[in-house]
Amino acid sequence: MADPMKIRAQMKGDTAEIRVLMSHAMETGQRKDNAGATVPAHFIQAITVDVGGKRVIQGQTSTSVSRNPVFGFKVKGAKVGDKVVIHWEDNKGDKRTDEAVIAA
Amino acid sequence: MDALRRTLLKGAGATGAIAAAMAAGVLKPSQVLAAEYNRAAFEAKDVAGALKNIGAGGATDNTGIVIKAPDIAENGAVVPVDVSSNIPNTVSLAVLVDKNPSPLSSAFDFANGALPEMALRLKMGQTSLVEVVAKTADGKFYKAKKEVKVTVGGCGG
Repeated sequence: MADPMKIRAQMKGDTAEIRVLMSHAMETGQRKDNAGATVPAHFIQAITVDVGGKRVIQGQTSTSVSRNPVFGFKVKGAKVGDKVVIHWEDNKGDKRTDEAVIAA
Repeated sequence: MDALRRTLLKGAGATGAIAAAMAAGVLKPSQVLAAEYNRAAFEAKDVAGALKNIGAGGATDNTGIVIKAPDIAENGAVVPVDVSSNIPNTVSLAVLVDKNPSPLSSAFDFANGALPEMALRLKMGQTSLVEVVAKTADGKFYKAKKEVKVTVGGCGG
């Protein structure tokens, strides 16, 4: 299982700013290792974000996203103390879910 | 969830079998995520193919889409990009790097108060246009572009 995500969620006015750092190699499938063999593609392909029990964002990504992806989102109407649950799945079936609480 | 399911992600790749399994309650929506991966769009080798497979073939240019990206990126492996849409009722955003081997980098749907805005970091193999496609609730597509010059590529080259 991959390393935990780092999630920061903070209210700015009536909008929650959520930033998440995911720990993932995001191999493109184009790179070759030292022996010249192609490193197979390995990347996060699905992401969901739930705030306060509601699905606010869902997305899909490809190898054009950088290694250890960082995403920033804004959610209007969220409240301090709301739980943020972020989930990703990669193309090899690995997955990870982490939570944070929106800070003031 | 219902609102989200109708949007950008549900491209040509989604199969009836998945829908049937959902209806029968066999699969919970969270389990379906990976199965529904819009492979055709994300593996398309050019922008036209990617746009077609997310249904955005007829996207029109619109200045309401804001792309904040460096004019020159020193490291193509990590290019910070901020995109947002001022077009009313934007429900989805997709980001493409024209000259990458698979241009479509990400497609996100927004609902329940999420603003049509996101920050992400792209990989860019070479100097290229970064293209953003926005979809509105009524199913219309809009796009905008910005060129980013890359001095060191980020695709293992």
